[in-house]
Amino acid sequence: MFALGLDVVRGFFQRPFQFREFIQQSWFIASVSILPTALVAIPFGAVIALQLGSLVTQLGAQSFMGAASVLAIIQQAAPLVTALLVAGAGGSAMCADIGARTIREEIDAMEVLGVSAVQRLVVPRVLASMLVAVLLNGLVSVVGVLGGYFFNVVLQGGTPGAYLAGFSALAQLPDLWISEIKALIFGFIAGVVACYRGLHPAPGPKGVGDAVNQSVVITFLLLFFVNFVLTTVYLTVVPAKGS
Amino acid sequence: MGAEVVVEGLTKSFGRQTIWRDVTLTLPPGEVSVMLGPSGTGKSVFLKSMIGLLKPDRGKCVINGVDIVSCSEHKLYEVRKLFGVLFQDGALFGSMNLYDNVAFPLREHTKKSETEIKRIVLEKMEMVGLTGAEKKLPGEISGGMRKRAGLARALVLDPEIILCDEPDSGLDPVRTAYLSQLLIDLNAQIDATILIVTHNINLARTVPDNLGMLFRRELVMFGPREVLLTSDEPVVEQFLNGRRMGPIGMSEEKDVATMAAEQAMADAGHHDGSTEDVRGVVPQLQPTPGLPERMGVRRRKDRVMSILHTLPPAAQEGIIESLTPEEQRRYGVRPHTMATVPAGRRPSPAPRGNLNSERIQGDLNVADIPPTQWQPPQHGPGGGA
Repeated sequence: MFALGLDVVRGFFQRPFQFREFIQQSWFIASVSILPTALVAIPFGAVIALQLGSLVTQLGAQSFMGAASVLAIIQQAAPLVTALLVAGAGGSAMCADIGARTIREEIDAMEVLGVSAVQRLVVPRVLASMLVAVLLNGLVSVVGVLGGYFFNVVLQGGTPGAYLAGFSALAQLPDLWISEIKALIFGFIAGVVACYRGLHPAPGPKGVGDAVNQSVVITFLLLFFVNFVLTTVYLTVVPAKGS
Repeated sequence: MGAEVVVEGLTKSFGRQTIWRDVTLTLPPGEVSVMLGPSGTGKSVFLKSMIGLLKPDRGKCVINGVDIVSCSEHKLYEVRKLFGVLFQDGALFGSMNLYDNVAFPLREHTKKSETEIKRIVLEKMEMVGLTGAEKKLPGEISGGMRKRAGLARALVLDPEIILCDEPDSGLDPVRTAYLSQLLIDLNAQIDATILIVTHNINLARTVPDNLGMLFRRELVMFGPREVLLTSDEPVVEQFLNGRRMGPIGMSEEKDVATMAAEQAMADAGHHDGSTEDVRGVVPQLQPTPGLPERMGVRRRKDRVMSILHTLPPAAQEGIIESLTPEEQRRYGVRPHTMATVPAGRRPSPAPRGNLNSERIQGDLNVADIPPTQWQPPQHGPGGGA
């Protein structure tokens, strides 16, 4: 799998680049994951708002409500939600597609025709999932913050001004960067895992089904682990605001 | 001229199960070879190893001086452009229609314009009889059509080596005959080296220049078609006749008790499954009249005559009988038993196990052999040539 990851990274710089395939795949992944991502993002922002809301009210720190929810959503929730949906909706479809091609010997046929399957199929797909993850990450951030705002202001009686003013109290620009970098890396992982499992399924139709299942599970496990590592590194390297 | 494929000591196993070991053979350039073998003897695995899809454990497979087994990935992709491979069920890309499938190699590897691609694709589609089906998806057509479309796709790059994995499975006898003719015509036109893996006895007897057989994890024989067609080797004989009597059983190998029981049943008059004795050399399929002569045939004749004295007597007899009188004079040989048979008359497919080498007249070692580039292959344990 790591070898495939390396091959893919090398493939980014090799010509010819399959532009058409890339656009098609990007569109495909975006179309299957935009709606679920948005739908998941709203309650995510709301839950954070609700949980934090009761806590900070007891502490008397309502003015930090906005700051906390922005930080939580942008830094943690958005990239994870995005990656889970890119992996769950886009990655599983990708894995099933490639897996079916593998057991029908289409991949073999392609290799025999002198076309590298990694170059032709995997690289555009991984790039597409990276692009879509980065773009969706922005969407999730916005929708999540809006969701939080709505719940805080409308349902919990928070002050709109305080919520908005809190944005810049704790959050800073590097938070946005790390969020997008995470999304980029998670998109890469989701794409590589899906393609790897698709290229190496157990024989038979059931093998493809198992491969799809495994690809999603492996991606999720890897995501949380990598997220932990990235967050630790980020918190060490970039000092929190105000400290 | 097609490329020569030299396979040396190739061994492949999956885990602890050996598929075949020490397979050594040479596909002479521009000739048609057929690989026979009961189901499950690793014929498809052999094809896949030859094109580097599977990695053999040991051995070499040299094409145009490049060893497929050990060369770099970049070289491998280059060499693969020489190949046209027909997979068992066509292996078409399910998401593209037939036209795009056939055009795929052209679009990937050449800078031809779309009009030129269209011309080539339509020509190949017509060749395999699929005109009018360009817009269909692979899922919408029959297995036979998929197979023919797969062949069209294998041919668009004018390959030097064509590998066919069971071209006849799923095709009716008439289409199989057309396909055999198509392969021979192709060979006459582009002089490609062709290897066909098949169970079809009829195809094996009439199409190839060379025949080989895989059984019991090794190459039983490989050599000029006459050698296998006249062979007394029990496995080869049983397979070519499609009988139950012999060493091949339902599950690959048979034990002695089963063999004895079957022999007893056959002696008691039970039918052994075969319809007739089909041993003996039969006339080879010729290119459609009007096409150029197959260059491979000429080269093969020179090659076979230069190794004639190493072949079994029955095969020698078959080869000499298949020559025209002028050719027999040219090579300085003449048949003993059939000297009076007029030219063109072919030997009947009768058993000829009672022949021996004394019946071949003429000093074969000093035969008037035209110079040839061909080198005799190394003798592997299973190689017949």
